[in-house]
Amino acid sequence: MMPPDPRPIHATPARALGVWTFLIAATLVTWLVGERGAHGPAVVALMFGLAYIKGSLIILEFMALRRAPLMWRMLTLGWLTSVCAAIAIAYWKGMNS
Amino acid sequence: MNTPAYTLDARAADATAPTPHLPGDLAIWIFILAELLAFGVFLVAYAFARSGDVAGFDARQLGLDRDAGAINTVLLLTSSFFVVRATQAVAAGACARASGWLVGAIGCGLGFVVIKVFEYAEKFGAGVTLSSSTFDMFYLSLTFFHFMHVLLGLVILAALWLGTRQRRYGPDNMNGIESGAAYWHMVDLVWLILFPLVYVMR
Repeated sequence: MMPPDPRPIHATPARALGVWTFLIAATLVTWLVGERGAHGPAVVALMFGLAYIKGSLIILEFMALRRAPLMWRMLTLGWLTSVCAAIAIAYWKGMNS
Repeated sequence: MNTPAYTLDARAADATAPTPHLPGDLAIWIFILAELLAFGVFLVAYAFARSGDVAGFDARQLGLDRDAGAINTVLLLTSSFFVVRATQAVAAGACARASGWLVGAIGCGLGFVVIKVFEYAEKFGAGVTLSSSTFDMFYLSLTFFHFMHVLLGLVILAALWLGTRQRRYGPDNMNGIESGAAYWHMVDLVWLILFPLVYVMR
């Protein structure tokens, strides 16, 4: 029998595989958007919505910050939120100029 | 004064719950935050520069190889997954298994480098330079800045691989591998925003 994981902050192999599968599937969606030359606010919202979820998964699961002190999750997720929000504002500004 | 029983129960429950813990060294996280801030400013600068010349940026963007960009995304994500598996292997006391996962991670990283070099060669051949257009300036400098981080990340992964070969890490000595892994995931995280922003958004 496997001894209990002394460092439970790291996800289990099955959980990591699930996260990887989602990340790859979401990347295929973004690639399809590019292949079809799809554009417009709805497409960009979908693409960056997926990028936001992917980034959150990297931060919480792969970087293993899920069980880190709240401050570190706020700093990293705050970075992701600010960058995505600024891109959305810039895209909107470009549409209206 | 007697301590109420419920307080003791609460303490017992706390003892079994995992305590919040920052994986790796505090210094690497401060470094990662500084890197994220620099990339963040750069990515947002691209987005606002584009908003002033949407037609010009969209026209130049058509020349990018989105297939190569998507394959590179898959390579970085897979590499990150392998690094997670290596970290899990070390946590389980299986250093030999961890070095196998790290070989896979380094292989994917090298794949990224090879594809990027071909992409740059094609671009330079087509006359793309830092001064050929504002889009080209951003495309070259943003992706090259990221490329340099991939190269540094590969050096770090190679050092981790050596460490696992020499059995320097283990369940009680995770600091090195957790710090290196966090840096590699940061490189992946930045690319996840860079790819849709520069290669696809229009």
